[in-house]
Amino acid sequence: MIRVYTSSVIDAAADTVWSRIRDFNALPLWHPGIADSRIENNEPSDRVGCIRHFHTRDGGMIRERLLALSDYEYSQTYEILESPMGVANYVATLKLTPITDGNRCFAEWSAEFDCAEGRERELTELIGNGVFQGGLDGLKRHFGRR
Amino acid sequence: MLQRVVRSTIIDAPIERVWAVLRDFNSHDQWHAVVDESRIEAGEKSDQVGCVRNFTLKDGHHIREQLLTLDDRLHRSTYCIVEATVPLERYVATVTLKPVTDGNRTFWHWESTFATPPGQERELRQMVAEGVYEAGFENLRRHLAAGGDLRAPGSSTAAPLPRALPVSMRRVRVARYGGADALVLEDAECPPPGAGEVRVRQRAVGVNFIDIYLRRGWIPPMLPEGGTPGMEAAGTVLDVGDGVRDVMPGDRVAYLGPAPGAYCGVRNVPADWLVRLPPAVDDEVAAALLLKGLTADYLLHDLGQIDRRGPGTRLLVHAAAGGVGLLVCAWARRLGATVIGTVSSEDKARQARAHGCEHVIVTRDYRFADAVQQLGGADVLIDGLGDAARDENLAALARRGHWISLGQASGPMGAVDPNALVAKSITFSRPVVFDYVATRAELQRRAARLWAALADGTIRRPPIERHSLENVQEVHRRLEGRVTSGALVLLV
Repeated sequence: MIRVYTSSVIDAAADTVWSRIRDFNALPLWHPGIADSRIENNEPSDRVGCIRHFHTRDGGMIRERLLALSDYEYSQTYEILESPMGVANYVATLKLTPITDGNRCFAEWSAEFDCAEGRERELTELIGNGVFQGGLDGLKRHFGRR
Repeated sequence: MLQRVVRSTIIDAPIERVWAVLRDFNSHDQWHAVVDESRIEAGEKSDQVGCVRNFTLKDGHHIREQLLTLDDRLHRSTYCIVEATVPLERYVATVTLKPVTDGNRTFWHWESTFATPPGQERELRQMVAEGVYEAGFENLRRHLAAGGDLRAPGSSTAAPLPRALPVSMRRVRVARYGGADALVLEDAECPPPGAGEVRVRQRAVGVNFIDIYLRRGWIPPMLPEGGTPGMEAAGTVLDVGDGVRDVMPGDRVAYLGPAPGAYCGVRNVPADWLVRLPPAVDDEVAAALLLKGLTADYLLHDLGQIDRRGPGTRLLVHAAAGGVGLLVCAWARRLGATVIGTVSSEDKARQARAHGCEHVIVTRDYRFADAVQQLGGADVLIDGLGDAARDENLAALARRGHWISLGQASGPMGAVDPNALVAKSITFSRPVVFDYVATRAELQRRAARLWAALADGTIRRPPIERHSLENVQEVHRRLEGRVTSGALVLLV
């Protein structure tokens, strides 16, 4: 099992950031690497069990199922059903925690997955630096010095 | 009813350093101002789960607390009050640290639940939240900034830090103005940092064309004979002088500055020159990218205004496969410009194309104006060639074109006759990067934009040629000989 962990500080209250990211269908609105997204079978995008179907900017198609959503803990857990990355048993969690001194929050994005031997480094880099850090940077830019 | 208090903050230090202090159940009298004395009862070790610490507070109160959980993997410590002269009942507190992976900082979460006598809820919540937790955040920050955690155990917290010593290192000097053979390597010492300075153990030094101008003696006020060239480097903070609060020993940093001196192993620089490095950016990439990347940033955003001119703006870049050139090509393309580049070989043409240069002109004799005019002329020109290409540049520019004279690889540029500009209402500028990062805030803003551009793929890390400091003469010869592409880095 490979584990990837990325975290950052975003200059906005957890409530504010959460309202932007809790929508499981909103990735293209805040993640610079995502081109489009839809929820399969017309389900509401905050129904646990719904599936998002989206494309990355380089054309890859990914399907992910929402496994847990908590407005109390500001967290979202999902699994990959289909992707070009070559990962198995991939479960990821995106979570915010308020930082009480100052109007900011602590964002954590982590994942666990299996992959073919020898690809661990490459995938850790792609997921940690590309997908997660890329997304957190998008949020930092959006909520940074406005 | 059980009361709950939660406080959290960010500490500008790596998690290992913060945890080393907090995991010690007996450390509070060294850093927390409310604690006068602390000892562990029954001669137990302070990391023995179950041990009891006995506090005397500055205000005379006594508290005995027992360690319930110590978790080095989750960086968590849980403890409870077993006896106290303050009316906190069933008090259980947890300290949790988490790494902030982008920036090598630490998130510190401190929470507790407890009961109080009726009517005292508010007062005691406030005492715990502000008097203990928030004050603790501030106290630990100060403790780390003063290097309190680096002192030998048992030494008094009031004792000043041992005086920093000079550090031996090697550096390169320009023995006399002229060719690359005038660069000599010598042993030297770097003194302790002065007020406002940071001593950096350098690992990678960026090489720029300006280093060659300085070596040739073209800018004597900037580098007297005998001086050390080099405008940028990356490495780790060794120690800091008085008044420096933004960085601490161990932090990974890079800098660029208007005073040369980077071709060496250890250097004191003003704290205002420094940027902290994200974990994804290693020292070599930082040294290869910082000055060149910030140059690309102000050229395109401030002077070229590519983002405001709109898509299809024609940008002409000379030395398109050079350190700045490749970055400009990729970034300008992303901003919607049509990028035209000149290079001196087919090999470099391939590299420029791979980085987003749409039209590549291969020329070794500065002939490009006709080809550029066939594409409509250059709205913005980034010129590192200088004198030999002056007339071709004027001819290549479009009406109301903007000529940015960035360098003079072909020789020092003579005066530009204002009347030569009037025919096409051409504007001309002669910038230097240091004026675009003159304030700390501006430097940080541009650096953040550069790392973000690297992270989201707007620019790619340039090909890096690595050389040791001993090889510095060869490095200069290669850069002057126009045989390199991408960035040159000296490893210390």
